[in-house]
Amino acid sequence: MADLSVDFVGIKAPNPFWLASAPPTDKAYNVERAFRAGWGGVVWKTLGEDPPVVNVSGPRYGAIHGPDRRVIGFNNIELITDRPLEVNLREIKEVKRKWRDRAMVVSLMVPCTEESWKAILARVEETEADGVELNFGCPHGMSERGMGSAVGQVPEYVEMVARWCKQHTRMPVIVKLTPNVGDIRKPAEAAKRGGADAVSLINTVNSIMHVDLDAMSPWPHTGGKGTHGGMCGPAVKPIALNMTAEIARSEVTRGMPISGIGGIETWKDAAEFMALGAGTVQVCTAAMVYGFKIVEEMKSGLSDWMDQKGYSRVSDFVGRAVPNVTDWQYLNLDYAVKASIDQDACIKCGRCHIACEDTSHQAITNMVDGVRKFEVIEEECVGCNLCAVVCPVENCITMVPLENEVDKRTGRMVDGSYRNWTQHPNNPMAKEPVAYDTDAALEPAE
Amino acid sequence: MSTHPDISAGRLPAADIEAGFGDLHPALDRNEARVASERCLFCYDAPCIQACPTSIDIPLFIRQISTGNAEGAAKTILDANIFGGMCARVCPTETLCEEACVRMAEGKPVEIGRLQRYATDALFSTGRQLYRQGAATGARVAVVGAGPAGLSCAHKLATLGHTVDVYEARAKAGGLNEHGIAAYKTTDGFAQAEVDFVMGVGGITLHAGKRLGRDVTLAGLAAEYDAVFLGVGLQAVNALGIEENGLANIEDAVAFIERLRQTSDLASLPVGRKVIVVGGGMTAVDAAVQAKKLGAEEVTLVYRRGADAMPASKYEQEVALTNGVVIRHFARPYAVKGEGGVLASVLFMRTAIEAGKLVDTGETFELPADQLFKAIGQVFLPTDVADESAVLELEGGKIKVDAEGRTSLPKVWAGGDCTRGKDLTVVAVEDGKQAALSIDRALAARMPVAAE
Ligand SMILES: Cc1cc2nc3c(=O)[nH]c(=O)nc-3n(C[C@H](O)[C@H](O)[C@H](O)COP(=O)(O)OP(=O)(O)OC[C@H]3O[C@@H](n4cnc5c(N)ncnc54)[C@H](O)[C@@H]3O)c2cc1C
Ligand SMILES: Cc1cc2nc3c(=O)[nH]c(=O)nc-3n(C[C@H](O)[C@H](O)[C@H](O)COP(=O)(O)O)c2cc1C
Ligand code: SF4
Ligand code: SF4
Ligand code: SF4
Repeated sequence: MADLSVDFVGIKAPNPFWLASAPPTDKAYNVERAFRAGWGGVVWKTLGEDPPVVNVSGPRYGAIHGPDRRVIGFNNIELITDRPLEVNLREIKEVKRKWRDRAMVVSLMVPCTEESWKAILARVEETEADGVELNFGCPHGMSERGMGSAVGQVPEYVEMVARWCKQHTRMPVIVKLTPNVGDIRKPAEAAKRGGADAVSLINTVNSIMHVDLDAMSPWPHTGGKGTHGGMCGPAVKPIALNMTAEIARSEVTRGMPISGIGGIETWKDAAEFMALGAGTVQVCTAAMVYGFKIVEEMKSGLSDWMDQKGYSRVSDFVGRAVPNVTDWQYLNLDYAVKASIDQDACIKCGRCHIACEDTSHQAITNMVDGVRKFEVIEEECVGCNLCAVVCPVENCITMVPLENEVDKRTGRMVDGSYRNWTQHPNNPMAKEPVAYDTDAALEPAE
Repeated sequence: MSTHPDISAGRLPAADIEAGFGDLHPALDRNEARVASERCLFCYDAPCIQACPTSIDIPLFIRQISTGNAEGAAKTILDANIFGGMCARVCPTETLCEEACVRMAEGKPVEIGRLQRYATDALFSTGRQLYRQGAATGARVAVVGAGPAGLSCAHKLATLGHTVDVYEARAKAGGLNEHGIAAYKTTDGFAQAEVDFVMGVGGITLHAGKRLGRDVTLAGLAAEYDAVFLGVGLQAVNALGIEENGLANIEDAVAFIERLRQTSDLASLPVGRKVIVVGGGMTAVDAAVQAKKLGAEEVTLVYRRGADAMPASKYEQEVALTNGVVIRHFARPYAVKGEGGVLASVLFMRTAIEAGKLVDTGETFELPADQLFKAIGQVFLPTDVADESAVLELEGGKIKVDAEGRTSLPKVWAGGDCTRGKDLTVVAVEDGKQAALSIDRALAARMPVAAE
């Protein structure tokens, strides 16, 4: 049995599955239920200064649903905790005392003055919590007050506040990043310069889920008026994965501990974040949609997969995929694949054909010898993957790499050679082709 | 004109017989399993779990399938029900988990049974063993009967560290999984492979061919072991209550099915041209359908009440009808006729419900028959477990047990068909599991606590 325990910037937990700072971690009642269900840790719902904020009493949440009303994207206009600071601190202390082995991180958001941060950090320390997370990510409401993503979008502020926090507490400091920026590496680098121990990402993405065409306002709305919210859930996972990878492979932030967040629902989602460098993961939407019990699937799934792969502890695979994330210019232009349709699995819906015919390379038949049949025309197939993506039957269409054979489309022999854009004759800026030296070409010279 | 009686083997080409006895529910492939699993809503306090006698965590195992962890799903299933593979094949899901599934509101439940099969098949195909005997407690338990009740009890006891001796009257373990369940529900020797997996936990010794009441006695076992579990099932078939005149070709349906399950060549198994089955339960349906699949030309199932009252589920009745079995309701046999010592026809009396009671209408009919199978229920015979020094209390003709499976004797537990209950595999498995847990608690209370 694989060992799922983690030590993240000195914070120990029995497993890497933590609940993100959000409603599931807003009260002792919820957090204790989560711990009983098996979660490894929590980031307590963001605390602020008294008096507490006031939430709307209208709808706070919206969603986009996939088939079967699965929640694909979720959004909210909720603020930070609306309970008095004192109450939260007392509960944090009580829960941590009862659950010594679980990670208890406290999320914070106060006005951008050193005094404010210093004051709240001192109070959090008294709770014996394991660490703090600075919420520089909330993109609605709080940002209008100069907090949350208003800070996270300005690297100088990120660095400044991180530095204050490191000065005024002995607890590990995690900076939670907003995805509502052009280049996620900038705030991450700023956090590092400020001395932060780790970053966590992503917080929610600015969004309007739907427009109510009768009320002619965003949906959901508060009595006819709506505002943008923050989106999360499965739909944001790809955005979060990319941002995680960007930080993990950036020269400046490489090796900085990352807590991965965004759309994690299953063990597989979590393992993907971890392979891209996340030492722990945080979950909000999946818990809100399905309840705390999902962690059982996450733990057993991760453990079974690790056993299968021979990873005995989590650190054995964290970051393993990072070296394989590279820039487009270093991809091998000599590599080629062809789509291949498993005729036994094919249900003959024709989606692959029409996708390729109307919008791509006219490389799939719809009729062979007078019968409905979908076959790849290798002379036309560019190996783009569109057909495999649109096929409703998983693994029915696969992309098969050409190996020591002639690409029927280009007439070129595919023999395992390597040539990227920086070496390509069509590139006016190309350097001399460096034949076959794959390793040297994969990464830019340092 | 055919000669009478017309009973012969190979009524159909061997290939047709083989095809007929193929899987009733073909296995789901990966893609089908993914689509089916994605329909599960991961309900809170899921009604399907409540409807499963073994309380398998259905939403969890289905979620595990949907995340590509079919073997993890199998573990979730087997932790609750060690015969989860067989139950996936034989449970009347339409009256258990799937009936309770909230998606029945749309008329189509999540295909829990087939998903369970998918997960357990995935595990068994790897040959991996998931369980091993727990740290030895030194306690020894005797289990009588190697059916689902007895083996489920033995397995749980072994994982808890007890040593188990299983006494089985037949030559093979498995009980009705091996000798009773319809062949098209458990194909390719699955029953025996599953028994091997269950026994593979270690710490269980099978004593095959050892019959309680003949080779060992209850008092003897109770004296020799720390506890005894009785899972002996049912031994006899209810009589039709008519004079059979010693005619040949009148037989218990369970005996016919047992012969069928144990033959290696179905094409060599004789069956009548005209077959009559009397009864309305699962056994009746299984006998009728299998007779048809062997090539019987006319199979008539005669039941004394209406379709709604039939113990066989709607689905089972449908299986009978689609296989060409004719079902006649509201009739009971009152006499048989023979020619030269063999069965020639069965005489039926029409029945009706009057003022809530089943009555004869006086109208009769006669059906020619080469073979008659009796399937009007099985009964428990207490002779084997009766012991001069140890008298087991009965209740409703079966061994009396409390909620944990304790009998009237201090060291003796019982479960499965020989006790109250539903005569379902899954219920037998749960009985065995609960009795094992109860035995474990009793043994723990009796043993000195090891110093820590
Ligand atoms: C024809 C038929 C079809 C069925 N189909 C289904 C179905 O589709 N689905 C379903 O859920 N249920 C079905 N059932 C019911 C199901 O098979 C039983 O409920 C289940 O097998 C009961 O398990 P058990 O362990 O209590 O008894 P059994 O399976 O009967 O096992 C009892 C074991 O004890 C042994 N034994 C008996 N007496 C002694 C003794 N004195 N000493 C030693 N050993 C002894 C027997 O040889 C046998 O191996 C069917 C039953 C029959 C008869
Ligand atoms: C209703 C709601 C409230 C949230 N409140 C906070 C908060 O107070 N502090 C914070 O740092 N993040 C907050 N978040 C963001 C989540 O912590 C998390 O970063 C985001 O939802 C992405 O993860 P997910 O896809 O698993 O939901 C909130 C999210 C939701 C849905
Ligand atoms: S989820 Fe609960 S609190 Fe929210 S609207 Fe529904 S009933 Fe009210
Ligand atoms: S999309 Fe897939 S299933 Fe449909 S025709 Fe193409 S290969 Fe067949
Ligand atoms: S009741 Fe149906 S939908 Fe709900 S958890 Fe069970 S199988 Fe899934």
